[in-house]
Amino acid sequence: MSISVSGINKRFGDFVALDNVSLEVPTGRLTALLGPSGGGKSTLLRIIAGLEFPDTGSVEIEGVQATWLPPQKRSVGFVFQHYAAFKHMTVFKNVAFGLEIRRKPRAEIRQRVMELLELVHLEQFADRLPSQLSGGQRQRMALARALAVQPEVLLLDEPFGALDAQVRKELRDWLRNLHDEMNVTTIFVTHDQEEALEVSDEIVVINGGRIEQVGAPADLYDRPANDFVMKFLGPVTTLDGQLVRPHDIELLAAPGQEAIEATVTRLTRVGFEVRAELRTSKGGSEPWVQLTRIQAQELDLEPGRSVWLRTTHAPKTLAVS
Amino acid sequence: MDQSTVELIRSSLGPLLEGMVKGTIPLTAISFVLGLLLALVVALMRLSPIWPVSAIARFYVSVIRGTPLLVQLFIIFYGLPSLGATIDPWPSAVLAFTLNVGGYASEIIRAAIISVPRGQWEAAQTVGMNYPTTLRRIILPQAARVSVPPLSNTLISLVKDTSLASTILVTETFRKAQELAGPTFEFFTLYMVAAAYYWAVCLVLSFAQSRLETRLDRYVAS
Repeated sequence: MSISVSGINKRFGDFVALDNVSLEVPTGRLTALLGPSGGGKSTLLRIIAGLEFPDTGSVEIEGVQATWLPPQKRSVGFVFQHYAAFKHMTVFKNVAFGLEIRRKPRAEIRQRVMELLELVHLEQFADRLPSQLSGGQRQRMALARALAVQPEVLLLDEPFGALDAQVRKELRDWLRNLHDEMNVTTIFVTHDQEEALEVSDEIVVINGGRIEQVGAPADLYDRPANDFVMKFLGPVTTLDGQLVRPHDIELLAAPGQEAIEATVTRLTRVGFEVRAELRTSKGGSEPWVQLTRIQAQELDLEPGRSVWLRTTHAPKTLAVS
Repeated sequence: MDQSTVELIRSSLGPLLEGMVKGTIPLTAISFVLGLLLALVVALMRLSPIWPVSAIARFYVSVIRGTPLLVQLFIIFYGLPSLGATIDPWPSAVLAFTLNVGGYASEIIRAAIISVPRGQWEAAQTVGMNYPTTLRRIILPQAARVSVPPLSNTLISLVKDTSLASTILVTETFRKAQELAGPTFEFFTLYMVAAAYYWAVCLVLSFAQSRLETRLDRYVAS
């Protein structure tokens, strides 16, 4: 295990940020801490980094008892949501800084920094100031700075949160590739389930200061431990008193086995998909279903038409609590 | 202006310049530099989480800001000898002005340090820097830009405040003007010349301030 967190409690005044949290993060993996804001995920990351200290519990990093070590003694790299670029230094200096204070020879620093800047595609910006970079470039610089000191653990706190959607998506793919290349144990915090599902090897869902579930993205999506995880990881709707993913409801043009009759109340096209809102004849529940355009055309859907519904993927439904 | 006034002005320019160069300017420069060092120490003390340390700093600032500079000057020069500590005029003036600048500038420096986002401290720590290195390489350079305008104010005030040193027999610009005015009774003319000298120095300082601000601007640009 690269990082081992056990029995962490942390309060800020009356607010319980973390409630007896224990977690093992395997070496070389890319792990996402996912949850709503105020759920405690950033606090957990900051405790691992040494930027906060727990009230009780312990943190071990690569077998070293680190609970009370200051950040500079933990061998962690940290990337902040708002970059925290050293504004008065050039890009080169920003990245070189950690190496300079470790008194590495100049030639070695120069070589290592240029390697890192190449890795983050900023080699031609070495002499610029952070204020002359875009948000995405600044965040890549921050990443190079965090990696410069060869940390055993890389921690990222909502690293793409301040960027616009397009850049965010680019950097996401890029982080995944970078991780595959470098293989440094990485934990990143996000409240964006799509980001977590797309990038990580493992997702830790945190809510209300507790860990709800830990698992591979597909596991969590298909076998959520509870309603919260199910709702947080993707779209849900209610059919016949059960929580269902809207793309796991099959629409039939004619009555079928275990199918429930319903009427189409509204159709919405969102890009390549179609949302059909329905009302069931019995019970009057109002589920919605996600279809492709072709499916919608084949069924000749229009408001007022009767259809029959059944779930295609029973295991992931849960009783509504 | 009659011939004798022009002649008086001309003859006073030299002595008053001497008062500037040998009195006002070195007195200001030394007191300001020492005062800034003191202010930095006091600012860091006030930011200390150890309460007796911050309490001492707060007390000091309160006393300095709460009492007139002239009284401070008199306590040091005329008051201390009765406690057995006699200090010459020049060192007395430097001491008083240093303590005064230290009190005012410490609040400016403290505010400037606080204005640097917490993320800068945290980023520096995670890169491996300790407290003194973080302060020197990351925080103070960024705090510098914020504190230039208010510290310039302090400096410009100090240039003029040094005229108070004339009351403890330091020969600076204003004292020179008094000495020249005494026998001739040309108070208006000589004090106007002295005022012009102070103004000129302050103009130069204001100009230097805006140059410095422009140079430091790149540190804060978004």
